[in-house]
Amino acid sequence: MHGFPWWPPTASAYATRVNFLFSSLLIIAALTVGLVIFLLAFFATKYRHGSNAVRHQPTKKTWRWEVGWTTASLLIFVGLAVWGGELYVHLYNPPPNAMQIFIVGKQWMWKAQHPGGQREIDELHVPVDEDVRLVMASQDVIHSFFVPALRIKQDVVPGRYETMWFRADKVGRYHLFCAEYCGTDHAHMGGWIYVMSPRDFADWLQAQGGQQTLAAQGERLFRSYGCSGCHEPGGTVRAPSLEGVFGGPVPLSDGSVVTADEHYIRDSILNPQAQVAAGYQPVMPTFAGQISEDDLAKLVAYIESIGPKRSGAR
Amino acid sequence: MAEETLGFQYSTLQQERETVTLGMWAFLATEVLFFGALIAAYFSYRIWFGAEFIAAAKMTKVALGTANTAVLLTSSACMAMAVTTHEAGSRRAPVLWLTATALLGLSFVVIKGTEWFLEYQEHLVPALNFDLARHGGVAEIFFIFYFCATGLHALHLLIGICLVCWLAFAIGTGRLKPGSTTRLIGLYWHFVDIVWIFLFPLIYLAGRNG
Amino acid sequence: MHAPRSQNYLNATVGIRSWLLTTDHKRIALLYFAGITFFFLIGGIAATLIRLELITPQPDLGSPDFYNRLFTMHGIIMVWFFLIPSIPTTMGNFMIPLMIGARDLAFPRLNLLSWYLYIAGGLITIAALLLGGVDTGWTFYEPYSTFYATGYLILAVFGIFVAGFSSILTGLNFIVTVHKLRAPGMTWYRLPVFVWSTYATSLILVLATPVLAMTLLMLLAERVLHVGIFSPQLGGDPLLFQHMFWFYSHPAVYIMILPSMGVISEVVPCFSGKPLFGYYFVVWCSIAIAAIGFLVWGHHMFVAGMSLYASLAFSFLSYLVAVPSAIKVFNWVATMHEGWIRFDAPMLYAFGFIGLFTIGGLTGLMLAALAVDVHVTDTYFVVAHFHYIMVGGAVMGFFAGLHYWWPKISGRLYPDYWARFAAILAFFGFNLTFFPQFILGYLGMPRRYQSYPPEFQIWNVLSSAGASILAVGYALPLFYLAWSILKGPRASADPWGATGLEWTTSSPPPTENFPKIPTVIRPPYQYDQGVPCVQSKDG
Repeated sequence: MHGFPWWPPTASAYATRVNFLFSSLLIIAALTVGLVIFLLAFFATKYRHGSNAVRHQPTKKTWRWEVGWTTASLLIFVGLAVWGGELYVHLYNPPPNAMQIFIVGKQWMWKAQHPGGQREIDELHVPVDEDVRLVMASQDVIHSFFVPALRIKQDVVPGRYETMWFRADKVGRYHLFCAEYCGTDHAHMGGWIYVMSPRDFADWLQAQGGQQTLAAQGERLFRSYGCSGCHEPGGTVRAPSLEGVFGGPVPLSDGSVVTADEHYIRDSILNPQAQVAAGYQPVMPTFAGQISEDDLAKLVAYIESIGPKRSGAR
Repeated sequence: MAEETLGFQYSTLQQERETVTLGMWAFLATEVLFFGALIAAYFSYRIWFGAEFIAAAKMTKVALGTANTAVLLTSSACMAMAVTTHEAGSRRAPVLWLTATALLGLSFVVIKGTEWFLEYQEHLVPALNFDLARHGGVAEIFFIFYFCATGLHALHLLIGICLVCWLAFAIGTGRLKPGSTTRLIGLYWHFVDIVWIFLFPLIYLAGRNG
Repeated sequence: MHAPRSQNYLNATVGIRSWLLTTDHKRIALLYFAGITFFFLIGGIAATLIRLELITPQPDLGSPDFYNRLFTMHGIIMVWFFLIPSIPTTMGNFMIPLMIGARDLAFPRLNLLSWYLYIAGGLITIAALLLGGVDTGWTFYEPYSTFYATGYLILAVFGIFVAGFSSILTGLNFIVTVHKLRAPGMTWYRLPVFVWSTYATSLILVLATPVLAMTLLMLLAERVLHVGIFSPQLGGDPLLFQHMFWFYSHPAVYIMILPSMGVISEVVPCFSGKPLFGYYFVVWCSIAIAAIGFLVWGHHMFVAGMSLYASLAFSFLSYLVAVPSAIKVFNWVATMHEGWIRFDAPMLYAFGFIGLFTIGGLTGLMLAALAVDVHVTDTYFVVAHFHYIMVGGAVMGFFAGLHYWWPKISGRLYPDYWARFAAILAFFGFNLTFFPQFILGYLGMPRRYQSYPPEFQIWNVLSSAGASILAVGYALPLFYLAWSILKGPRASADPWGATGLEWTTSSPPPTENFPKIPTVIRPPYQYDQGVPCVQSKDG
C-alpha cells in the first residue's frame, strides 16, 4: 500500500532549491487564487440580486485600479521570471573536473558508459556528493533523460550531444524515466539511478569486472578506424594533431574560433566539412553511419584524455 | 457603365468594393506567412550550413532564373495595364493585356519546367534521383527547399493563370462589368510576382556576388 | 391557443438542401455546432478510454501501441476539430453579425466553404482513426513521426492540413466583417467585447495557421518522399520542426481561450446588471494577448536543447503574456462589485471559468519559471495545466455561451434547475479529474505513459473517478437542451435583460437578422441601477 505520495524524494542541493522555488510559486498562486475566489464569493453573496447592499453609480474612474493591478502584476511576474531564470543558469554551469559519464538513449533503453569502461543498461550508479556530468546522445529519435528526485531533465536529440550535470547528496535509489514520447515502449524506457556511498561505489566499479577505461578503448578505436593514419605524426595526409586540443580554441578556415568540446569532436567525426581547421585542406572523410554512438563516446573520451583539460562549459 | 449587383449584406457598392479588397489583402497576408515560414526555415539552414548551402545554390541555373524574373515582372506590368484599361471603361484593351499576362505566365512555367528537367538530368531531384554520395546531405536539403518553394510558387502561378484566363473571357464576352474583380485578381498576380522576387535572390543569387 | 409562429431563420426554408447549401451565418453556425459536438464526442470517448486504462498501473485495455494511438487521436481531435473551431464557428458565426448590426458576414459563401473544408478535414482524420490511427502524439515530433511512426500519419496530417484552411477562411471572414459591416453608430469602442475577442482570435487564425500549413507540408514531404529536412542523418535539425510547430501551436492556444474570455465578458456584465469594469483595458488586453502570444513559443522547448539565452528570453516573455490575462480576471471580478448578481446557468459557468482559468493560468506562471519547468515539463503537471485552461477555461466558456445564447439561437428556454446542476457537477468533476494530476506531475509521472510506477496509482484513481463525474456533467446538457427544443417555453427577445444588439431582435432571429438595420447610440453594457439600456435607437 503506497498511501498518498505528495512529494518526490529530494536528492540534491539543487533539488532542494527547486523545491523552495516551486513552493514559493505555489504559495503565491494559492494566495492569488484564494483572493479571487474570496472576492467572487464575497461579491456574489453581498451583491446578490435582491440584497439590500448599497450600490453606487458605477465609477467612470476605473483607470486607477487598472494601473494599480497592472503594475503589481508586472512587478511580481518579472521578479518571478528573474528568480526562476537564475536557478536555471546553474544547470548550464557544470563545475570543472566532474566525473563524465556517456549516455546513449535508443528505443527503448538507456545505456551508460563510465570512464572506467563499466557499462550499464537502464541503470546508472553514481557516487554521492560528487559532481557528475552526463554527455548524452540518441541513436534514433528524441528521448528525454528524467530523474525526478534530482529535478533534472534533458531531451536527448539525435544528431548532437546534450549535456547535463548534477551532484546528488542523498544515498538511495531513484526513478529514471524517459520523458519524451518515443514509440511503443516509451513507458518502459526507464530504470533506476543508484546514488551510493564512496565505498559502495568503488566496490560496485570493481565488481563490474576488468575492462579497459573508456579512453583506452577509444585509443584502440582511434587506430582501428584509421584516425591515427592522418592525425598522428608520420601520417600520409597532413591533419591537425589532436594532442592537447581538447578544451582549447580551434581557429577555423572561415576565420572564426570554436572551442574543442565534445560537440566539436563529434561533429568533426560525423560532418568534417562543416568546420575545417584553419590552414588545413577539407579532405577528412565523414564517418557518418559508420561509427555507433557507443564508439563515438569512446573516441571522445580518448581525445579528451590526451587534451590538457576538459572545457566544462555546456 | 452598368453597376454590379449589390450583395444583400452590403448597403452601398462602395462598401462592397472596400470589403472585398480588404478580404483580398487579408488573404495575401496569410500567403505571406505561408511562404514566410518556408523562407524562415531556409534561412535557418543557410545560416547553419553557410558554405555548403551556397555551394549547392550555385548549381541552380541562374540564366534561366533571371529570364523568368524578367518574364514575371513584365507580366505584372501587363496585368497593371489590364486593370487600368478595364477601369477606364475599355473592353478590348484589357483582354489583350490579360492575354499577354497569361502567356507570360505560361512562359514562366515552361522555363521553370525546363530547369526542373535539367536538374532531373543532373541527378539533383531529392526523392527521385538525387546523387547523395556526390553532393552530400546539405545539398539535398537545399534542393528540397528549392523544389518545395518553386513548386508551391508555380502552383500559385497556375492558379493565377486560370484566374487571368477566366477574367479575359468574362470581360471579353461582356459578362463582367468594371468593378473590383479585376483589381483583386491583379493584386493576387502581383503577390505571386513578389514571392518570386524574394525567392529569386535567395535561391539563385546566393554566393554569386564574387 | 398559440399565435401563428412567425418566420425565423429556422423555419424560413425547409429541406436538407436548404441547410447544406445555406449561406445564412446562423444556419452555418448550427451546421458547425453539429460537427463540433460530434468531434467532442469522439475525443471524449478517447479520453474515457484513457482514464479507464490509467486506473491501474499495468496495461488493461490494450497494447502500448493502442494506447499511444488513443492519446494521439484524443489530442488531434480535441485541438483541431473541437477547441479551435468551437466558439468562433458556432457562437462567432451566429452572433457577430447580430452584435454589430449586420445582415450576415462579409463573405457568406466563403463561410459555407469553410464548413465543408472543416467537415472534409474531419472525415479524413476520422478515416485515419478508423483505419488504425497514428501514434505520434498530436505534436508529431521529428524524427519519430517521419521515419519511425507506424500508422496513418499522412492521412491524419492531411486531414489537419485541410481543416486549417477552414480556420484561415473563417478568421478572414470575421476580420473583414468587423472592419466593414458595422451598423451606423457602431464604432469600434462600442463593440461588445465578444466581438473584439473574436477579432483578436481571427488575427491569430489568419497569421498563425499558414505556418502550421507549411510545417505540416514539410512533414508530409519527409514522410512521403523519404527526404529529411528535419532529419539528423542529412544534417537536418529536429529542433527546427519544434520551432515551426510551436510557432503556430502556441498562438493556437490563444485561439482556444480568447473567444471564451469574450463570452465571459458578455455574461458577467449581464448577470451583474452592471457595465463591464475597464472596457478599454479588457479590449486592448485581448489584442495584447494575441500579439505577445506570438512571441512565447519557445517555452515548450526549455529542455529541448535550445540555447540558454533563448530560454531566458522566452521565459521572460511568457511571464509578460500572463499580465493581460490577469488584468481581465481582475476586471471581471470588479464588474461584480456593487452589482445585482444573478445565478443563472451562464453565470455559474462564468464563475467556474474565472476560478479554474485563474488556477490554470497561475500554474502556467509556475511552468514559465525555468528551473521548475525543467522538472515538470513532459509530466502530468503540464497535462493538468493545459486541461485547466482548455477544459476548465475554454470549455466552461463554451458552455457559458451556449446557455447564454441558447434562447436566442433556438427560441426556447431550458430548465434552469438541470442546467445549474450540470454546471456544478461539471465543476466538481473537473477539479477531481485534474487537480490530482498536478501532484502526479511534481512527483514525476511522465505524460503519454500507459504503465506507471504503482505508487502513483492513488492519484490516477481519483482522477479517473473525477472523469466519470465530469462526463455526466457534460452529457446532461445534451438531454435538457434537446428537451427544450421540443417542450421548452418560448423565449422572448431578451430573456436575460442584456444590452447587446443581438437581444433587440426576436428569438430566434429572422433570416435577415433585423427588420431594419439598427442605429447604435451608446456603448455596450449600459445599465441604470441594474436595468439594461439597449445599444440601439429603437428601430
